[in-house]
Amino acid sequence: MQFPGQHDGAKVIKRNPRGYTMGQQHDAYFVPAKSYWPFVAAVVMFTTVFGAAHWLNAEPGESGFGKTVLTVGVIGVLAMFFGWFRSVIHESMGGNYNHQVDTSFRMGMMWFIFSEVMFFGAFFGALFYIRMFSVPWLGGHGHGTLTHQFLWSDYAASWGASAGNGPEHIGGAFSTVPAWGLPLLNTLILLTSSVTVTIAHHALRAGHRGKILLFLGLTVLLGATFLYFQAHEYMEAYKELNLTLHSGVYGSTFFLLTGFHGLHVTLGTIMLAVIWLRVLKGHFNKEHHFGFEAVAWYWHFVDVVWLGLFMFVYIL
Amino acid sequence: MAAAAFALASFGSVALAAPGPWQLNMERGASTWSPVPYHLNNISLAVCTVIGVLVFGAMFIAMFRFRKSRGAVAEKWSHNTMVEVVWTTIPVLILITLAYLATGGLTTWADTTGSQMTVKVTGYQWKWRYDYVDYMGKSIDKVGFMSKLDSQSNQTRQLGSGMDPFAVKVGDENTYLLNVDKPLVVPVDTKIRFVITSGDVIHSWWVPATGWKIDAIPGIINAAWANFTTPGTYRGQCAELCGQDHGFMPIVVVVKSKADFAAWLAGQEAKSAAPAAAPAPAAASTAAAPQATAQVVAVPAHGSKG
Amino acid sequence: MSYAATHDQHDDHHGAPKGFFQRWCMSTNHKDIGTLYLVFALTMFFIGGSFAMLIRAELFKPGLQLMEPYFFNQLTTMHALVMIFGAIMPAFVGLGNWMIPLMVGAPDMALPRMNNLSFWILPFAFILLLSTLFLPGGGPSGGWTMYPPLSLQSDSLAYVVFAIHLMGISSIMGAINIIATILNMRAPGMDLLKMPVFVWSWLITAFLLIAVMPVLAGAVTMLLTDKYFGTNFFNPGGGGDPVLYQHIFWFFGHPEVYIMILPAFGIISEIVPTFARKPIFGYKAMVFAIACIAFLSFIVWAHHMFAVGLPLGAEIFFMYATMLISVPTGVKVFNWVATMWGGSMTFETPMLFAIAFIILFTIGGFSGLMLALVPADFQYHDTYFVVAHFHYVLVTGALFAIIGAAYYWLPKWTGNMYSEFWGKVHFWNSVIWVNVLFFPQHFLGLAGMPRRIPDYNVAFANFNMISSIGGFLFGATQLIFIGVLIHCVFFSKKKATDRVWEGAKGLEWTVPSPAPHHTFEVPPVIHDDELAHGHVND
Ligand code: HEA
Ligand code: HEA
Ligand code: CUA
Ligand SMILES: [Cu+2]
Repeated sequence: MQFPGQHDGAKVIKRNPRGYTMGQQHDAYFVPAKSYWPFVAAVVMFTTVFGAAHWLNAEPGESGFGKTVLTVGVIGVLAMFFGWFRSVIHESMGGNYNHQVDTSFRMGMMWFIFSEVMFFGAFFGALFYIRMFSVPWLGGHGHGTLTHQFLWSDYAASWGASAGNGPEHIGGAFSTVPAWGLPLLNTLILLTSSVTVTIAHHALRAGHRGKILLFLGLTVLLGATFLYFQAHEYMEAYKELNLTLHSGVYGSTFFLLTGFHGLHVTLGTIMLAVIWLRVLKGHFNKEHHFGFEAVAWYWHFVDVVWLGLFMFVYIL
Repeated sequence: MAAAAFALASFGSVALAAPGPWQLNMERGASTWSPVPYHLNNISLAVCTVIGVLVFGAMFIAMFRFRKSRGAVAEKWSHNTMVEVVWTTIPVLILITLAYLATGGLTTWADTTGSQMTVKVTGYQWKWRYDYVDYMGKSIDKVGFMSKLDSQSNQTRQLGSGMDPFAVKVGDENTYLLNVDKPLVVPVDTKIRFVITSGDVIHSWWVPATGWKIDAIPGIINAAWANFTTPGTYRGQCAELCGQDHGFMPIVVVVKSKADFAAWLAGQEAKSAAPAAAPAPAAASTAAAPQATAQVVAVPAHGSKG
Repeated sequence: MSYAATHDQHDDHHGAPKGFFQRWCMSTNHKDIGTLYLVFALTMFFIGGSFAMLIRAELFKPGLQLMEPYFFNQLTTMHALVMIFGAIMPAFVGLGNWMIPLMVGAPDMALPRMNNLSFWILPFAFILLLSTLFLPGGGPSGGWTMYPPLSLQSDSLAYVVFAIHLMGISSIMGAINIIATILNMRAPGMDLLKMPVFVWSWLITAFLLIAVMPVLAGAVTMLLTDKYFGTNFFNPGGGGDPVLYQHIFWFFGHPEVYIMILPAFGIISEIVPTFARKPIFGYKAMVFAIACIAFLSFIVWAHHMFAVGLPLGAEIFFMYATMLISVPTGVKVFNWVATMWGGSMTFETPMLFAIAFIILFTIGGFSGLMLALVPADFQYHDTYFVVAHFHYVLVTGALFAIIGAAYYWLPKWTGNMYSEFWGKVHFWNSVIWVNVLFFPQHFLGLAGMPRRIPDYNVAFANFNMISSIGGFLFGATQLIFIGVLIHCVFFSKKKATDRVWEGAKGLEWTVPSPAPHHTFEVPPVIHDDELAHGHVND
């Protein structure tokens, strides 16, 4: 597959063939050319968070400035991603990325996903701590006898709607989202989408373009459906169940866990859509499709996190 | 060496009520449990000093004997399984010993059962509140008060006050930043249980003479106990950063004989009985009415916009 | 593939690009990016150090001297954040950037553009952080640990949280890059067990970084939502618990302190064999010890929380796990001494710093062990004893290792020798004054002086004054360091040889001094006896 002669003038260093390779591929070293994208990225990231912080901190009447900066920053970030990835795609199509670069990208993506796992770990950890320790202790179980006796003697600890928002019942009475409704449906959707993305992958390796487009497209649609249902679920939670971000720790953990997950699904869906477009343009071939695989891994990761959520947030 | 002087200073220590100038080591304290950290401190310091002398000694010998300027020629060897096993095992044995001692001490500390008195301590930005809950199996009604930095220290400590911290004294003792308007009064030879919490941010209640400190956390009760062995005045400070005046919320515990304490307590109860007919003054009457504080707890931080 | 057609757009293979912006802001060169990191770290060290000088000036004698307590708290908080995230960590990343490709025979880092991004995020993150000092409500003042509910009272929380997010992203990308470089870019023949210990230490450190920086990000995100979006993670009234924050923070925080010491272990393991002219003792044990320390660092976090009222079983578990760390650390100390034993030693400045490291870090480790004993920690906790402990491991540990590394590799970086005389002047002044600065803080802590206070009882006056004097002189001494650096980079007449040090071994010494802009474009042929650890199995 050829791509018109776009080139950022990266450097490919030929290696003298040697007798041994120690299991690593050294057909050539590749060092990419100078690029202003990283610097731009730093600037727009700064703009975004500076605007966000300013906005959060603004007195009620004067939010304009921070909001504007934030908007500029977000647009900047999107533009940056577009520009940076464009140049990377060009280089990739130019055939500059040898096996070693491919491996570096793979490692990069794997470790990035690991860092994401740890990020979710912090929130899951908080959930477990709250359910196994802080709420029971406030209710007088185990280590919390005195806390209960002296401070919260009329609080009976339990999770879910009855007492999940703590002894002060912050946010008022609420009901929880039943696991076997929309969440179950969403579970099935995500599981299916993992299957479709895998089928697309196999199709890619077999070189069946139409089949790739079909199944990848399905995956994107499933992702979008998931998001639609989740938005629906959130609205219902707010309007009908009185389950809000403010509903004590139940609301905190529920919305932050599902919210961050939803954010990742959104990102994943966008990335899948981009990959779909790239397939349409014929960017990938049987051997060279790391971009596709990276997104697929990411998608599986998002799926696994959901299974954890379904289990610990909805069912248990 | 400095370490040796440090070790020497371990021994002369007596039951101090407050820190002294040039004080080098931890104090032994004035409660039945307080010698535990004191001894652990000395023992572990001694162990470390010995290991240090051996390791650094070996190093200095090496630096002297094996220097190029003395014509030393480098050896070629680079490992020796035997010595490596030895210097992995010996530290393990030392650590087991230390862990054994520490575990024993910790277990007695954690046991608050059998206490004869309960005092509830509540930290506020930047003062302490003491409520007497029960004494000798009898619950106490409405004895409780705030305790904050004494006014002499408070004036002196202002930026640009021009006043001399060395002049803040009670008798011979310099009490700059270590004195309060109204100390906590407790009896000697009594196992006192402290139940500790906070009304706003985290503080930490620390009187070195008890041998421990424990955090005062809003919405949570922590418990610890002390049994003072000698009457006297014991001083401490808040030990968890709690905002701008964290350095200015000292703790003073006055330990009285049992008879004196009983008299003092009776006086307090009489005092609170009279005005109690009137509605409770603001924050001052949470004594033995724990639920009342629950309302105060943990609200401030969440009151912000948003 | 049309690579030849665009060849004229490339940098000259052996020269750096000319334009300032092109060279420094668009770089994909590990050496230039390494230099950026190091210069940034040095700048931050001076900023953080200036805060420390103000702290010491305020504590010079009892009574408030210079500032309101609230500002003092901001200084303490900023001092720590700047030193940890701005000085020590970037310095190690800079050293890693410069040296890891040279040490494993790679032409550059695995992901050079991401490398540039990792760096450039940092200056912006610190602009964001430091700018809070000029905001109406002032900067963060709840200590670098940012415990709620106190930290939620601060107006600058959002700025600080986002600054930390940025630093986290930077560190994670930097760490990913280092792992990919080490695992994927080694020259043929550079087996894992022939890598320099410094490279090993960074491999493991990078793993720690990826594992814990996201956890910190999660913790501060919860602070943010608790303050601005009405969540209740840390509010018992809503079922949460302030202590939960501490658990999450220290799950990050303890590995974090090892992030700041493991690369230092690596550096010392390079310097000592070079100047002892003898291979490192017990190479495999050294590597294994680092791995053990890293593993244990995940299960000791609550030793920072012995006084929060944990259940007894937890106190005991965390005490034992913490104490265990002394064993692998001891192995390292003993092995360094054994490396010296039977060597042929000379004492150039890097070696002097390495020796000071071994002694003074060990002293810091000893006080750490004492802190690990729960009943004793009930007394030590939140006193100057803790402050003394961590400055011994951080200043005479991490910082001394960094300074030693700078002297060790400066000739390779610049092609010039630094002034050995002034290097020694810098060393002796540092080592004397740093002890005058921090040793008395042990006494202060034992006598009962809490940390994070701007004013104190007169009983603490003597040692505080001594400590402050030591602090000022230690600070002033660092100006000598600047002098030595400037002289070496710009004025030194004495050219360095390629090998620089007589006993130096390893690939980095086989390239010219100064190291050319591009190195190892062709993977080097590796001869085991040129490596510092080429014969570990013998
Ligand atoms: C580089 C950073 C670094 C390093 C390496 C360490 C190393 C250690 N630290 Fe430290 N620590 C900090 C940085 C560091 N620490 C910081 C910043 C804080 C305060 C944070 C804050 O609150 O702001 C802190 C606080 C801290 C506490 C909490 C104190 C408190 O707040 O109450 C504790 C408690 O256990 C502790 C323990 C230890 C131990 C056991 C080690 C061990 O790893 C040390 C092991 C080393 C040795 C023991 C010496 C060498 C060994 C031998 C020669 C073998 C033989 C020895 C024996 C058998 C004794 N540290
Ligand atoms: C990586 C870490 C690191 C480093 C290198 C340092 C370096 C120093 N630290 Fe820091 N420190 C911490 C990490 C570090 N610290 C942490 C984590 C805390 C806890 C914070 C908290 O409680 O939240 C802390 C807290 C802390 C305190 C306790 C504050 C308190 O509890 O209120 C003190 C007090 O003395 C102190 C002092 C110093 C000094 C004097 C230095 C010196 O080594 C600095 C020397 C460097 C310079 C001085 C800069 C260079 C020179 C100049 C700028 C020239 C001009 C100067 C003169 C001419 C005098 N530090
Ligand atoms: Cu209260 Cu510090
Ligand atoms: Cu720790």
